[in-house]
Amino acid sequence: MTDLTLTVNGKRVTRDVPGETLLSELLRETLRLTGTHVGCDTSQCGACAVHMDGKVVKACTMLAHQAAGTEITTIEGLANGELHPMQKAFNDNHGLQCGFCTPGMIMAGVDMVQRYKAEGKTLDEAAIRHELEGNLCRCTGYHNIVKSIQQAATEM
Amino acid sequence: MSDTGIGARVKRKEDKRFITGKGRYTDDVRVDNQAYAAFVRSPHAHARVNGIDTSAAEGMEGVIAVLNGNQLTGDGIGNLICGWAVSSKDGSPMNMGPWSALATDRVRFVGDAVAVVIAESQALARIAAEAVEVDYEELPAVVQADKALADGAPQVHDNAPGNLIYDWEIGDAAATDAALEGAHHITEMKVVNQRLSPNPMEPRSAVAIFDTAEDHYTLYTTSQNPHLARLVLSAFYNVAPEHKLRVIAPDVGGGFGAKIYIYPEEITCLWASMKTGRSVKWTGDRAESFMTDMHGRDHITTARMGFDADGKITGFKVDTIANFGAYMSLFSSAVPTYLYATLLSGQYDIANIHCNVRAVYTNTVPVDAYRGAGRPEACFLIERMMETAAREMGTDPGELRRKNFIDTFPHETPVIMTYDAGDFSGNLDKAKAAADVAGFAQRRAEAESRGKLRGLGYSCYIEACGIAPSAAVGSLGAGVGLWESAEVRVNPVGTIEVLTGSHSHGQGHETTFAQIVAERFSQPIENVSIVHGDTDKVQFGMGTYGSRSGAVGMSAIVKAMDKVEAKVKKIAAHTLEASEDDIVIEGGVVKVAGTDREMGWHEVGLAAYTGHNLPDGMEPGLKEGAFYDPVNFTFPAGCYIAEVEIDPDTGDCKVVQFTAADDFGTIINPMIVEGQVHGGVAQGIGQAMLERVVYDDDGQLITGSYMDYQMPRAEDVPFLTIEHNTTVCPNNPLGIKGCGEAGAIGAPPAVINAITDAIGDNDIQMPATAQKIWRALKGRQTAMAAE
Repeated sequence: MTDLTLTVNGKRVTRDVPGETLLSELLRETLRLTGTHVGCDTSQCGACAVHMDGKVVKACTMLAHQAAGTEITTIEGLANGELHPMQKAFNDNHGLQCGFCTPGMIMAGVDMVQRYKAEGKTLDEAAIRHELEGNLCRCTGYHNIVKSIQQAATEM
Repeated sequence: MSDTGIGARVKRKEDKRFITGKGRYTDDVRVDNQAYAAFVRSPHAHARVNGIDTSAAEGMEGVIAVLNGNQLTGDGIGNLICGWAVSSKDGSPMNMGPWSALATDRVRFVGDAVAVVIAESQALARIAAEAVEVDYEELPAVVQADKALADGAPQVHDNAPGNLIYDWEIGDAAATDAALEGAHHITEMKVVNQRLSPNPMEPRSAVAIFDTAEDHYTLYTTSQNPHLARLVLSAFYNVAPEHKLRVIAPDVGGGFGAKIYIYPEEITCLWASMKTGRSVKWTGDRAESFMTDMHGRDHITTARMGFDADGKITGFKVDTIANFGAYMSLFSSAVPTYLYATLLSGQYDIANIHCNVRAVYTNTVPVDAYRGAGRPEACFLIERMMETAAREMGTDPGELRRKNFIDTFPHETPVIMTYDAGDFSGNLDKAKAAADVAGFAQRRAEAESRGKLRGLGYSCYIEACGIAPSAAVGSLGAGVGLWESAEVRVNPVGTIEVLTGSHSHGQGHETTFAQIVAERFSQPIENVSIVHGDTDKVQFGMGTYGSRSGAVGMSAIVKAMDKVEAKVKKIAAHTLEASEDDIVIEGGVVKVAGTDREMGWHEVGLAAYTGHNLPDGMEPGLKEGAFYDPVNFTFPAGCYIAEVEIDPDTGDCKVVQFTAADDFGTIINPMIVEGQVHGGVAQGIGQAMLERVVYDDDGQLITGSYMDYQMPRAEDVPFLTIEHNTTVCPNNPLGIKGCGEAGAIGAPPAVINAITDAIGDNDIQMPATAQKIWRALKGRQTAMAAE
């Protein structure tokens, strides 16, 4: 066991966790932030997506200790008093059904909008679909997820 | 229409918890004294188990127990069963082989569980599971359905000679043969409907809690039908009597059929919880999902369809081999019979149909209902036949269909279905207009100028939903009734709770069910909550599958609301000194029509519960329940038109346009219904172009992860155009037909018809990958060069 310190959703936390602990396990099991989901074991589905220092990462594919000293934001930490525009857009556009892929979709969506804005690029339908390569959804056919991200991109 | 009533695009009430990370799925449940299970699974497709040495594992860190199948059966836990009895045409019963939750003497597919390790953490359980030594004696395996029927094929179960489970038929063979004999044109095809893995994004999970003081079990599980799970666990698997077993299906991350069934892991966790006195949790990883979630489809079919000189279908003869995998899953027997063969008339007036189905065992994951279940296989066959026939006869594929459409209702098919309502020509017209079929030639020419091949394909699907009535399905072998139940509770303050036996795992019941209640009682939708998924709260229910929750589940709510309304009117009439017939519920109040005499809805609730001033003889309270047993199936139908563009240099294919014109009957919430179509069509495109479960000849699962099994991604599907052409279902109170499976049923043939149209080669089997398309184009070039 080794001490690990990082910031999760604005709160500094220190925990004693084994070296083999995945970041997704730390979030789900140690910190009980169960909004981050695990839907596969090959880093394909993106249900575990969180932000590390403002960039999207797959929490199932990182050791918790690799996140030492970083700032992690999970789906639970996205709303700041009121819903984030991306969260609201998913509700407005029926961008979710069973909800399991949703946290990852929202975290990936926020990251993609921020990245495109920072780089001054246009996030059109084709770009959104391409950017969603690492996020699987089995319910929505992606139709309303793309619409949700399109809406949020105009509001963020 | 109110802004929250029937037909309104109400945003989902359940979304908030999901978009903020507060959903509660089974793997999110953790209880005191939590232990974890890891299963020891067979690496062989077929082997004898000569012994299991658990001694090394038992001594490892954190291990609480290592349990095996002999202990499980020794404790009286029953074998898994198929709940629908289908007999062969000679009258003999189906050959159901034994399936123990933990295999004792033989394993029959890669992933078949032989033992379970219970340990203090998931990691420790998995590490110890690796140390369990199983002495396997490998046996030859069989994988393909047709090979399983061949002479000398390895035998999967001793009581199923030749691997045959049943040899079943429907329709008049002699009349169909005669009709084909005299046909002007015959279209003949061999069609493979490939094996798929359902892949809900949430892996299966179970948390079993045994209360030693009460001899009581609680099971949290990823189920589409917790009451059915309790019934089967209790009545057939002898885990516990029903009053000592509570099953909770909390938020469930998609089902698509795969979460209907009661799996070995759930049985084992419950039993292991009793054995160890610990709460036992198991959550599958994706590899286990591919290895153990029931698969879907896997049919091999040859068929002949005869036409007269006018292009009218005269006869349809079908022979199908259905691969059931290593064991008979819960509803497996019904899929290629009562959900497939009975739909072989499609939307067409066909006088003579005969279908023979042989179900066979192989050394693969069991196969059962997956979104559509039998109906996609029927639709794919018919719609490929129709498109092919039109091409062979040189007629327009849409118009050949129209010529054969059923246009009077009710219509009885020769395969025991009675279609109650529909407008098939109207669906076709609406789809053609929305897809701008008239402009296709121009779009094709424009694509050609860019070096692309463009094709257009139709699919006119029909399905049967809300399987019923109970007496009819009982006579066909079903082990359960297929009704639904509901309870409507009006609280003393007027808020309303609806308890339903349907289960929502993405379908949005907490919104749509609330819409019909809010409208009926003229109450704010915020004041209505939907309770589901817990056998301690809801008395009974049959759950959600087969697009049944609207047509059957909501009908039960309507029936319960009828009773509540009657009582409300009696109370109001008594209080307001009026006749019951003059009482109306509108504008949020209960009033005497045409007067200003009224009671607030909450005042009626309060009156019912105080009991201070009720009509003579009336019981206090305002709570009513109902069971609804449908009188017939419902028949959603529609027309889908796909357009694809193919790069001939690479075979890369894109669905560039997809138009749906659906007839779902009454629509409660178009936003949610369209969402169901989006998801269904994406799964249909997945089947048509991407997905296939692959085993090698030894029965090793090749597609065991998302790196090998190609799920549809956002770039693989276009925005869809969706039209509705509604005819109301005459057989249920709301006129609902159902919408959950239509996309997955209707889309595959539309896409394949478009691809084969684009490349001018009709001989392509699903999934039509870029490689297959490229090879087909190469073959065509080679053939053309040779000419």
